[in-house]
Formats: sequence, C-alpha cells, structure tokens
Amino acid sequence: MLDRPAVVEPLDDDKTPATFTGNRGLDLEEPLIFEIGRLDATGVDVDDPAPVATRLGALERNAPIGLPGLTEPETMRHYVRLSRKNYSIDAGLYPLGSCTMKHNPRSNEKIARYEGFADLHPLQPQSTAQGALELMQILADWLMTLTNMQAVAMSPKAGAHGELCGMMAIKSAIAARGEAATRNVVLIPQSAHGTNPATAALLGFSVRVVPAAADGTVRAEAVKDALAPDVAAIMLTNPNTCGLFEREIVEIADAMHEAGGYFYCDGANFNAIAGVARPGDFGVDAMHINLHKTFSTPHGGGGPGAGPVVLSERLAPFAPVPFIRRNSDALELVEAAEGTQSFGRLTAFHGQMGMFVRALAYMLAHGGDGVAQASKDAVLSANYVRASLRDVMTQPFGDRICMHEVLFDDAWLRGTGVTTLDFAKAMIDEGYHPMTIYFPLVVHGAMLIEPTESESKASLDLFIATLRDLARSAKAGEVARFGPAPRLAPRRRVDEALAARKPVLRWEKKTATI
Amino acid sequence: MRYHPLSEADRSAMLATIGVSSIEALYADAPPATLLRTPLDLPNGKSEQGVERFFARLAARNMPASRAPFFIGAGAYKHHIPASVDHLIQRSEFLTSYTPYQPEISQGTLQYLFEFQTQVALLTGMEVANASMYDGSTATAEAVLMAHRVTKRRKALLSGGLHPHYAEVVRTISRLAEDEVETMAPDIRAAEDLVARIDDTLSCVVVQTPDVFGNLRDLTKIAQACHANGALLIAVFTEAVSLGLLKSPGAMGADIVVGEGQSIGNSLNFGGPYVGLFATRHEFLRQMPGRLAGESVDADGRRSYVLTLSTREQHIRRDKATSNICTNSGLCALAFTIHLTLLGEAGLTRLARANHANAVLLAQMLADVSKVEVLNETFFNEFTLRVEGDAAALIERMAARGVLAGVPVARLLPHAALDDLLLVATTEVNTQEDRDAFVAALKESL
Repeated sequence: MLDRPAVVEPLDDDKTPATFTGNRGLDLEEPLIFEIGRLDATGVDVDDPAPVATRLGALERNAPIGLPGLTEPETMRHYVRLSRKNYSIDAGLYPLGSCTMKHNPRSNEKIARYEGFADLHPLQPQSTAQGALELMQILADWLMTLTNMQAVAMSPKAGAHGELCGMMAIKSAIAARGEAATRNVVLIPQSAHGTNPATAALLGFSVRVVPAAADGTVRAEAVKDALAPDVAAIMLTNPNTCGLFEREIVEIADAMHEAGGYFYCDGANFNAIAGVARPGDFGVDAMHINLHKTFSTPHGGGGPGAGPVVLSERLAPFAPVPFIRRNSDALELVEAAEGTQSFGRLTAFHGQMGMFVRALAYMLAHGGDGVAQASKDAVLSANYVRASLRDVMTQPFGDRICMHEVLFDDAWLRGTGVTTLDFAKAMIDEGYHPMTIYFPLVVHGAMLIEPTESESKASLDLFIATLRDLARSAKAGEVARFGPAPRLAPRRRVDEALAARKPVLRWEKKTATI
Repeated sequence: MRYHPLSEADRSAMLATIGVSSIEALYADAPPATLLRTPLDLPNGKSEQGVERFFARLAARNMPASRAPFFIGAGAYKHHIPASVDHLIQRSEFLTSYTPYQPEISQGTLQYLFEFQTQVALLTGMEVANASMYDGSTATAEAVLMAHRVTKRRKALLSGGLHPHYAEVVRTISRLAEDEVETMAPDIRAAEDLVARIDDTLSCVVVQTPDVFGNLRDLTKIAQACHANGALLIAVFTEAVSLGLLKSPGAMGADIVVGEGQSIGNSLNFGGPYVGLFATRHEFLRQMPGRLAGESVDADGRRSYVLTLSTREQHIRRDKATSNICTNSGLCALAFTIHLTLLGEAGLTRLARANHANAVLLAQMLADVSKVEVLNETFFNEFTLRVEGDAAALIERMAARGVLAGVPVARLLPHAALDDLLLVATTEVNTQEDRDAFVAALKESL
C-alpha cells in the first residue's frame, strides 16, 4: 500500500481563477464551429465540377443551409482543443463498472484501415470479397468455440441490438411452436441492465421482475416461483451487474427449459469468464457479446460497438439474414430470408465489419490462453481492489469474492455529508474517471469498480491509495474536498436539471454568445 | 502477453492480499462442472507482426474500391475522406473514452455531439437531431416506432422506392413488435400514388429521396396528405451528400428525417460501422430515441454541455423507454462532423455538384451504348440502368475486367423479376478514365 502522495490543501477559493481569455494554461476554451466558421470557408478543395445540364428536376435547393466551414488548420485546432477536455483510457485508469474500459491496441486500428477491409463495399460481388467473408467466419468460429454455442448472428450493431436479435429469435421460436399468443412474459431480475426490460417491452413482452436473494444473486427457487405457462424467457446477466457469478445458473437454465422457456444471457460481462467457462455449458440459448467490451474494440466516446449473438441449436434456424454459408468452392453470404426460418433482417448490411477486424486481431494476439489470462487478470484485479478497500468502504452483500468488477454501496458514507456523487466528483480532481455510480439500482448509492486486466499493479496501488485517502477524508468530515468537486477539471459540476428543464439541443443564431 | 502488465510476482502478491491461493479460487462461485479443465481448441497468441501478416493475407483476397473503377452505391458510397478526419478521430481522447456520463471531463465529446446535432438539423431542414443511431436502416425502424408513439396508431406505409433492406428491417421489427406494415410494389420510375393510399389509420408514410432507384422525389404533396390524416411523413436518404444540392426534406414538410451518414467522413467498411442520422420537429422531442447532448452551465456559470432528457432512455425508464438503444455511433458521428466542418456549406455544395456532374456525364455516355437504357428522369449521383440479360452475371463479367460496376436490383429484390436492372452510382472519386473503363467493360460484357 502506498502512502498518501501529498497533503491535499483545500482551495481557499471556490471560484475558478479568471483569465482574460478564459483559458487556464493548457486548458483551452473553444467556441462552437457556428461561432468561428464561415459559410464561404472550406478545408476541402474539390475539383471543378464539369458544366452539365442538371437532372435534378425542380428539386434543387434554393435556400442556404447555414453550415459553417473551417479551413484545415482551423479544423485541426478546433478538434484537438476539444479532445483535450476528455478523459480517456489511454490517459488513465477508467474504472467504469459494467463498461470495461481496457486497453485498445493500436495495431488493431492499423489493420482495420487496410484498404482490403476499410475500402470494401457491402454490396460488391461476393467473389471480390472472399477474404472479408473468411474473416467473419473465423471470428464466428472463435465466438462459438469460446461459448460452446452452435451458431452466431453477426449483424447486430451493439449490445442492445444483440439483445433485440436474441429476443427476436426466441419470439420466433415460440411462434413456430404455436405458442405466440400464450407465452408473452419475460423474467428479468431487478438488477438487470436497463436495456433488458426495454428490449422485452419493444417486442411486446411484459416484464415480470425476479427478486434477488440477500447475497445479490438470483435463486433458482425464485425463478421457479415466477415460472408459469405464460413465460417465454428469462434475461439474466452472468456474471451479474453486482459483479457476482450467478451460482445457480445451471439450475435456473434447467428450470426454464423444463417449463418450455428460453434462457437469454446478457453477455455484457463475458470478459470475466472468456476462456474460463462457456455459456453453452450453463444452458444458455442466446447471448450477445459486446465486442467493444470483451474484445476491446474502442468505445469511441459512445460507439460504434458490435453485438454478435451466439445461439443454441434450438434457436439457430431463426438467426437473421445475412449469414454465411460455406459452399464447396467459396463462402456465400445468404441475404434473403425467404425459404428459411430466419426471422428477417436487423440492419441494412452485414454488421460492424470494422469492429470484427479489431476484435479478431485482439483474439489472435492473445491466443486461447491469452484470452483466459485476460479474464483471470480482470477478476484478480477487481478482487485486489475489493480486498484493499474492504476495511474502509462497505459491500452490499458482505465480503465475498467478486468477478471482474467490485460493488460498494454508500453505507460507509452515511452521516458524513458526502454522497456517492460527491465522492465520484472528488475522484476527478485526483485525476481519475469515476467508477459507475448509482448502478445497479438495487444497491443504495452504488459504486461499481471495474479495473480490467490492463492496469499494472503500481497503477492499481495508486488508485487504491487515492480511494483510501478520499475515504479517510470523507469520514473525517473534510466536506470541502467533496461538495465543490470537481474544481480542477475543464468544468465544474454541470447543471443537469437546467439542461433537461430548458432543452437547448442545437446552436441557434440568436443565442450566439461567448 | 504484451497487453497484460501483471507479472507472476504481481499476481502472487495480489492473491496474498486477497487471501486466496490461486486465481482459480476466485471462480469458486461458478458451478465446478462448468469450469474448463483443458484449454480450448484455439491457436496460440501471435506477435504484432504475426497478426498483421495474417490480416494482410486476408485483405489481399478482396478487391477494394480504390483499386478499381468503382460504381457501387445502393446505400453506401465511396467518397474521398480528408486525412485530417482519420487523424483526429484516432486521438486517444476521442477514440478511447466512454459515453460522456461525467460531463466535467467529457466536454470534448459533448461539444462535438452538440455541433453534430446542429449540423444534422440544418442539413435535413429540421429543428432537432439526436446524437446518432447505428445506421440509416435502424434509424428508419426507430422513426417508425416513434411515429407509432406520437400518433398512437400502429400501421406504417412504406414507399416502393425505399431501400429494400431498410424496408426489411422495418418489416422485421414491426412483425415481431406486432405492428402493421404495408409495402408498395418496387417503384422503379417513381410513379406510385402514395397520396391515394394515405388514410387516418396510418401512423406514418416512409419515403426515400433520392430513392433506391436514384429518382428524386418531391415530398410536398405526400406531407400534406399525411398531415390531413394525422399521420407523420418520415423522409429517408441513404446518400447524405445529396443534401448539399437538393431541397431539404424538412422544407418539403417531413416530420421525421432519417438517413445514412456514412458518405460524410466514414469509410465503406464492408457495411459497418456507419452512422444513422435522426432529426425531427421540436414538438416530438420527448418521443425521440437515442442520446441527446444539451447546453447548460457549470457551477461557475460557464457554458457547458451535458447528456440530457435521459428520462426517455432505457437506463432510467427501463421497459417504458422510447428505445432500447444504449451505444450509438459516437466516433462515426465525430468523423461525420469533422468532415462536414471541413467542407462547410461551400465545400459541400461543390462536392454535391461534382457528384451530380459525374453522374450526368456517365448517363450521357450510356445513352450512346446499345442494349442499355438509363431509366431515370431525375437523379443525383445514382441511377437505374436496364441492361440486356442478367445484371448479376453482367457485373461478375465486368468485375473480371477490373470494373466494379454497380448493384444488381435482384440482389436487393430477389423475387421481383427485375433481373435486368443495375443500380449505378458515381461520386467525385470517379475520373473520365473510370467512365471510359466502365463503358468499355460494359460493351465487352453485354
């Protein structure tokens, strides 16, 4: 354990020091493009269009759009300045539980930009894209091997889209059995990601909530109690959103199958078990895999992700188009659902090819053993954080082994005048991105920490020492370190209530001020 | 393993702190029978060079757009992307950050999303836009679901000029969500009478312009008919560059405008990731799907941006959410907004003119080729060519001659008996040499 790196002196002035420009050293203010751009400025020199008689009929634009332009140097400066206001995994530990902020290898970026992948059109003749189809097939094979599942739908664009895909396959399978009218309930634990009930509701299912036991997991008994002939499926995350392995998962799967329902597993936390255990062996029927989490495709400030869905034998026939078929001499992308049991189409083309390249590059770099080591190191690091903080912070379900993320509640903050939000914002002043807070909803003042396998021990130790010092400070009543935090970030606390009460969602000429 | 900082000594020390003897002991909650005893049948890890070599071989088996005279469109378009776009989106602070849930240290992402939303609203002629969707097709499906919420009706009418894959995405989700959809027959010459089909049972009418066959459509009368019947008009585009030269869907009365933004800033990527654009009127704001960045102030009163109206979203509203969407297309939206900032109005207009001019030049050349006919009265940068014989076989023969010639309509509509139609797109990347090569390969292949 490190000692505290330095004595923290509270700032005596709440206000940010004023400068003429509003800049503070390297922290540079930047206006909107609408305030610095000009309608006649451009950073792209387009060759002169040939003079032709247009074929636009009466539909040519006859009013200006109002889009500002910037020259290339101005554009570079604008976006570089903006970028410096962001935290990133490349700059520091990013312990967002449930989000998996791990290292993004740059070799993967380079490979994804090979013109043989980046410059391929989804509808060019399949004979001219056999390498791309082969790549998708190799990735699919890896996913099926890692999960022990029989098929994979590659087209879902993100985790929630994968959930939609899996639940569509389940709904289709139920319809094929002639039970569409009677099986219309989905069981979902209270701790589930919000996407689960949203997905179920979108497909016309009603949601029946399954309570969690006192230890934070779902009991097979509770599932059996909720089971009835109207139950189509259960949506269960494993490891769950409290960072715990669902111990009775096999019994839960068996109970579901016995009752004629399906088991949808939310695979958001597959990164804890990849290479260590296989969802197919739990009895899963469908599971999405967030390539942007487990297989490290960059989060990109909120996407793009990719959410391929592995399917059991029972659901495989209902997979969406397109899918790949291996013929004797070539790979074929089957694009028409007619004549198959496929439930249809989820997106215009074949899925997130750019993410497939990166995820497969990550897998090949690791190898089978390396993928397992990544899972184990992630679990080890989370438990190390847990063991190093358990004497100063409280765990909602007692001191028990966790998976890739560790969950604390705010019981230890009670009476200090410091909230989970204050604590998180104080972490920003210490140079850390906060952990996930107030999720899962089942835990009061939740703080969900996921360090991932990408941190060195020294990095973990400094993080732990920082949190211990903040915890000490909170308990000592040093509220000045928390209430006004963050004080040292590009912005102080932002008024979210104002933003929602008076939504300003775009720049308007009349509000132009700086 | 080069990505794993922990040494064996670190692992031992950490296990000691935890108080267990092995990492395996941390998996004690898993049913023992489910833990793998032997390694999976997967290859060993490779060096960086080894990985790159593997992919270089796969890449070499593909024919990229930049290596051939290239005329393929139908929902994804080859445009030149300035080098600065790709440089900027690879900045660590953009590439390796999460969704901007902590606004104090995410102003970069939030501000560009605010700028993106404004650009999309201006481009489409609408009042508000969201912070992006997965792609144009899923944005279209989300627009239909939103129209159902707004009108409290559950029946959509799809134009026969809508991209068949988009129509299929809408039909798939509608069937499984138990909503109704009517699809008009494929409408090669933009001759369908949508107005006659509009009544007060419809929640929305979905019309694409330029349509999948390349025709430009005036939406004004359709919008009037929709509004007279309490339905919404959803306008779709798949070629965002066209908005630089054409009347905006908003100006023609659309209530929701959705489309594919790939053309601006994003590579073809064999179909993804792309960026869906979604814009609507202010009155429907609270029924919108997807993330929204809004303006606010911080504790010092400084202008700041923050994700807002999240009470619509799944992480708050769960089964009452407007959409199940969590991740969107942040980095693709960034590429879009950077490229559009570089272009500006002047550059976009000029780019759109260059696209159109190249298409007109190609159509003029094709008018002199026997056994083919350009079917369009109007078009932007893509049109439908009727050829003698089977278009799918034709493009294979042209590919063998090194020309990627277009998309056979039968690939999109396999059962419509339209085997002799070819969609041909041409953008600013095409030169006169490309057009000459196209016409020569076409003549030799017919």
